[in-house]
Amino acid sequence: MAFGPHLLLATLEGLVTAAVLALTALGLSLVFGVMRIVNVAHGEFFMLGAVLAWAITTAVSGNPAVGFAAALVLAPLIVGAIAWVSERLVLSRIEYNPEATIVATIGLLYIIQQLALTFYGPEARPVAPPFSYRIQLPWFGYSGYKLSIITASALLLLATWFVLTRTRIGLVMRATQYDREIAQAFGIPVGRVYGAVFALGAMLAAVAAVLIVPISQAHYLMGLDPLLLSFIVVIIGGLGSLRGTVVAALLIGVSDGIVSVFFSPTLAKIIATLVVAMVLVFRPQGLFGTAAK
Amino acid sequence: MTEASTAKIYGLHVAVVAVLVALNFVLPEYHHAVLARVLVLAVFAMGYNLLFGYAGLLSLGHAMFFAAGLYGAGLPLYHLGWGVPAAFASGLAAGLVVSAVIGLLALRTTGVAFMIVTMMFAQVFYLVTLYFGEWTRGDEGLVLQQQARQVALGATTLDLTNPDTRYLLAAALFATALFATLAIVRSRHGRVLVAIRENEERTRMLGYDTFANKLAAVVASGVICAAAGAAYALLFGYVGSTFASVQYSILPLLWVLLGGAATTLGPLVGTLFMYYVVDITSGYTSAYMLVVGAVLILLVLFFRKGVLGTVRERWARWLP
Repeated sequence: MAFGPHLLLATLEGLVTAAVLALTALGLSLVFGVMRIVNVAHGEFFMLGAVLAWAITTAVSGNPAVGFAAALVLAPLIVGAIAWVSERLVLSRIEYNPEATIVATIGLLYIIQQLALTFYGPEARPVAPPFSYRIQLPWFGYSGYKLSIITASALLLLATWFVLTRTRIGLVMRATQYDREIAQAFGIPVGRVYGAVFALGAMLAAVAAVLIVPISQAHYLMGLDPLLLSFIVVIIGGLGSLRGTVVAALLIGVSDGIVSVFFSPTLAKIIATLVVAMVLVFRPQGLFGTAAK
Repeated sequence: MTEASTAKIYGLHVAVVAVLVALNFVLPEYHHAVLARVLVLAVFAMGYNLLFGYAGLLSLGHAMFFAAGLYGAGLPLYHLGWGVPAAFASGLAAGLVVSAVIGLLALRTTGVAFMIVTMMFAQVFYLVTLYFGEWTRGDEGLVLQQQARQVALGATTLDLTNPDTRYLLAAALFATALFATLAIVRSRHGRVLVAIRENEERTRMLGYDTFANKLAAVVASGVICAAAGAAYALLFGYVGSTFASVQYSILPLLWVLLGGAATTLGPLVGTLFMYYVVDITSGYTSAYMLVVGAVLILLVLFFRKGVLGTVRERWARWLP
């Protein structure tokens, strides 16, 4: 294959990565933005989404599309419920103290990981894609399902943006983010908003995982990479900024796709992580964020 | 601090070390080997405690300092045929360099950003150990041979693979680190660290150079952790990149929280307790991560001060 088509293929792969990454990172960013906490267990919600997708598609017989549709709806709901319960039971009791929250979510990470290992097992299992249509480009055929991931992710991002900026729920969330105490004084049930935001963040990660699992595989340790990549995206994009998150996800996803086609993946990861750490050291507000108040 | 409490403090610490040395002669074989390992890991936890407990800086990257000592000692011994003392010294030097560089960079950030930055640097370190797999053999690791782990002392040879020698050296390292920590936290510098933890802005207003003090704490913490890593490589003969992974950044945090942050003996209590909890539960179930996770959550929910922190609060105000 010539260089041009090769680059096109790499870009397409990168766009798929970026689409999934944007959703996952948006979940992390939302939780950080509104609640001011870092959720270390975010990657495990992602993993849980993939594992549940496998469980649901295996339970539903018949056309793979039916099982997949069921997974797309049910898996995020279950993950959201788990997140909501853990927020109410643990995080709300430690009053969102930043350090205690990190320790508690690390604990959550270990518990979820262990439960997945115990009940799902150490194998990596595939999930059948809902349809297997190939789009024939002049140079190579490309999976239609992968393109549909990009579309689905774009739609979900738009929906999230709409909810956050154009609805009453979004207004309540933004009010809580802006000033928790004033919001409470105006009768906003801050505790319930926090529970909902935490659940929503986890659900975004779970949806992303359900979308990606037909082209990767479900495995109980799959949560660490999305977690680190989401950190990277959220930092580059500026903590708590929706537009920044999407731009950064595109940047990281596409460059990751292109770099890993042409260089060793470990070296690419080393350089990417180092660059991001340096960004955080020398420009803590992120590349697109504004300085903290 | 009164004369009486100073005497009590030193008395307690000397007694703890004496008991540990005495245990060498009475413990059954299995627990003897476990305790030697726990003592080395407790040094790791003490290094972590210095930064987290006293200076109030939560790092999620301390595996990097432990691994710096581990590889700093293990690689020259394995590839260049260095002797044990030289390898240990190079492990310490590696810890010093890594912690100074990371400290200079990471201390520009505070709070949550500090945690994420340290975690990322540690991840880079971990990936580097995998990338240079030709020399480190990555996850599989290197096994240091018995004949390389011997020190000639005059006519006699100190064999680091001998259980008694190993235990006593681990205890010696532990005692050194314990008294070093005690000296640091009772010094002026230690008091400034606690002041920074309580209110950094106010400490700076009082005229202290908070950055220099924090940097010193990172370096001291890094060197102690590197000493633990180097000792681990030399005493147990294994060097692998697992020790640089995220898990080994979380474990010292768990041990310190459990034993009691900002107590000199807390790291030992936490490490010992957790090691046996995992050891005993793994007899019934393979789900040890569940135990670790549940303990972490229960600690932050109900037992913030840890074992010795609670003891200090209730009964013994003089405990350092």
